[in-house]
Amino acid sequence: MKGILKIAFKLLVNDKGKFAALLVGITFAVFLMNMMTSMFAGILSKSSATVINVGAKVWVMDPAVNTVQSSIPMPDYILDAVRSINGVRYAVPLYSGGSLVKLANGTYQSATILGLDDASLLGRPQLIQGNIADIYSENAFIVVKDSEFPKLGNPKLGTEFELNDHRGVIVGIAKVTTSGLFGVPTLYTTYSRAIQYIPSTRYTISYILVEPKSASAVAYIKRQVKALGYEALTKDEFMKKIAHFYMFQTGLGTNVFLMTIISFIVGLSISGQTFYTFILENLERFGALKAIGARGRQLIYMILFQAGFTAMIGYGLGIGLSSFVIAMAKLRISSYAAIVTYKNLAFAFLMVLVIAGISSYIGIRKVIRIEPFDIFRG
Amino acid sequence: MAEPAVRASGLVKWFGEADTKTYAVRGVSFEAYFGEMLYIEGPSGSGKTTLLSMISGILRPNAGSVIVEDKDIWSLGPDQLADFRLNKVGFVFQDYHLFPRLTTLENVAIPLILKKLGWDEAMDKAMEYLEAVGLKDRAQLPPVKLSGGEQQRVAIARAIAGRPDILIFDEPTASLDGDTGRRIVDFVKKNILNEKRFILIVTHDNRIFEYADRIMRMEDGTIMGVEKTGK
Ligand SMILES: Nc1ncnc2c1ncn2[C@@H]1O[C@H](COP(=O)(O)OP(=O)(O)O)[C@@H](O)[C@H]1O
Ligand SMILES: [Mg+2]
Repeated sequence: MKGILKIAFKLLVNDKGKFAALLVGITFAVFLMNMMTSMFAGILSKSSATVINVGAKVWVMDPAVNTVQSSIPMPDYILDAVRSINGVRYAVPLYSGGSLVKLANGTYQSATILGLDDASLLGRPQLIQGNIADIYSENAFIVVKDSEFPKLGNPKLGTEFELNDHRGVIVGIAKVTTSGLFGVPTLYTTYSRAIQYIPSTRYTISYILVEPKSASAVAYIKRQVKALGYEALTKDEFMKKIAHFYMFQTGLGTNVFLMTIISFIVGLSISGQTFYTFILENLERFGALKAIGARGRQLIYMILFQAGFTAMIGYGLGIGLSSFVIAMAKLRISSYAAIVTYKNLAFAFLMVLVIAGISSYIGIRKVIRIEPFDIFRG
Repeated sequence: MAEPAVRASGLVKWFGEADTKTYAVRGVSFEAYFGEMLYIEGPSGSGKTTLLSMISGILRPNAGSVIVEDKDIWSLGPDQLADFRLNKVGFVFQDYHLFPRLTTLENVAIPLILKKLGWDEAMDKAMEYLEAVGLKDRAQLPPVKLSGGEQQRVAIARAIAGRPDILIFDEPTASLDGDTGRRIVDFVKKNILNEKRFILIVTHDNRIFEYADRIMRMEDGTIMGVEKTGK
């Protein structure tokens, strides 16, 4: 068996033009599919940045909320009601909103403002400079050093700015796991300062962050919150809800999905077509092998090997190329939203297998049917 | 005389259906013996290649049988039929049908690889056969770099590499000049034919008739007569 595969290998690889064309087709398809799905994975992960960074186990919100940014303020009594639910260890408010920041040089920059519960500071970020206790000092804000950080003019401890005619001063620099999708920097402050500085509607609580007494209490909490007319979601559920929104309720998901399908089809047609031509041009060889005494199964193995080998090389090249491009793009544009996940890799692999499968099926059908006699009659 | 190497009886082959139905072979029977060089001679279109293909297990006849070692090869299943072609028959095709993307040596080794010899062993053996046809120094070249006569010898080396009992040549001299053609058939007769082998040559090249033991004349799908020549 090994010898026959070596022959198959030589027939394939020594036909340099065809082999190159086959590789280009598959590489191109894998490249596009991986770019698309990685971009989407990156966008999804970024769209849940606040949920990931704040890290609360359970989030209470208005049922109509689709994304973290589109929070719908809740009245204060809900906070009390949630606190009194059996199974809630503690519950604190979170303010999440946006505001324009006037920098020292006079320019305006919009920013996400997160207001943490004054007592517990639940969801506080990890500081790389400054002291968290300084958040209680006058006009204090903590800035997140993510890819949007430079938009605030690379502030240092003590850097001042204005926020709706209120003075603001940087008392800490934080790092977070995931930076946001919308390209705006993030500032943390206390809940009370946030609602004082930023004009708001009658209600001011964007989210209620809940720490359950135990994991088993979550279901009960969810039911009780639902009875209040609100929705309690675990961190994962909230992230899923956000992902679901971007996937199915915005053009984004549909477009990425379409592009992925298109790259698959383009790759399939290029590779399928080229492989078919390769088989047709080698039909005489397969016919000769048949006449010399190759069994049908041996010819099938040869074709599967040729298709599979090309697919694997093309997959490697495509993944390598797209990962390289993503890495380069991230070097230049630090907020570039693309992450290569194992799911993406597995998906592209599966698609490549489908391409190889369809191509070999067409080739095998052709080769099994040839009559060597028709070729030799001359 | 000994048991025949091949016994063909009542072979019929037609192509097409109804209006387009044409008979290529219309009931051919003959016996061939080991140690014999049998020719089939006849004009183009008389059914020679069709007949060869039925005898070598490549083309299924519409009627008749081909008995080799007491078995009708056309009663075998597809895998056994493939094994018959691999182990019993060496076919030198009219246009050689060498693999342009393989070296000359690898071309000769194909039957050995199909017989599941290890790669190196197959190459070593193939080299012996290349040497036997005097082309050892061409081993690593692609066949297209060889002359017509050399390619013919490569095809012969490949056909004999599987150590077949039955060797079949379809118009071996058709694309060679007279001298080269004669030299090749002379070589085959002296070096490749032996008591355990039967060689069937299809030709209408009268320059090589002198090497035949018997010549069957074929016309319009039937054998018109058999002529004993030479010894
Ligand atoms: N696949 C085919 N379809 C239709 N007719 C065929 C086919 N193969 C051979 N024939 C016909 O059968 C006859 C014999 O062909 P062939 O055996 O090739 O003759 P030869 O080898 O003696 O020149 C010819 O008339 C040819 O046209
Ligand atoms: Mg012919």
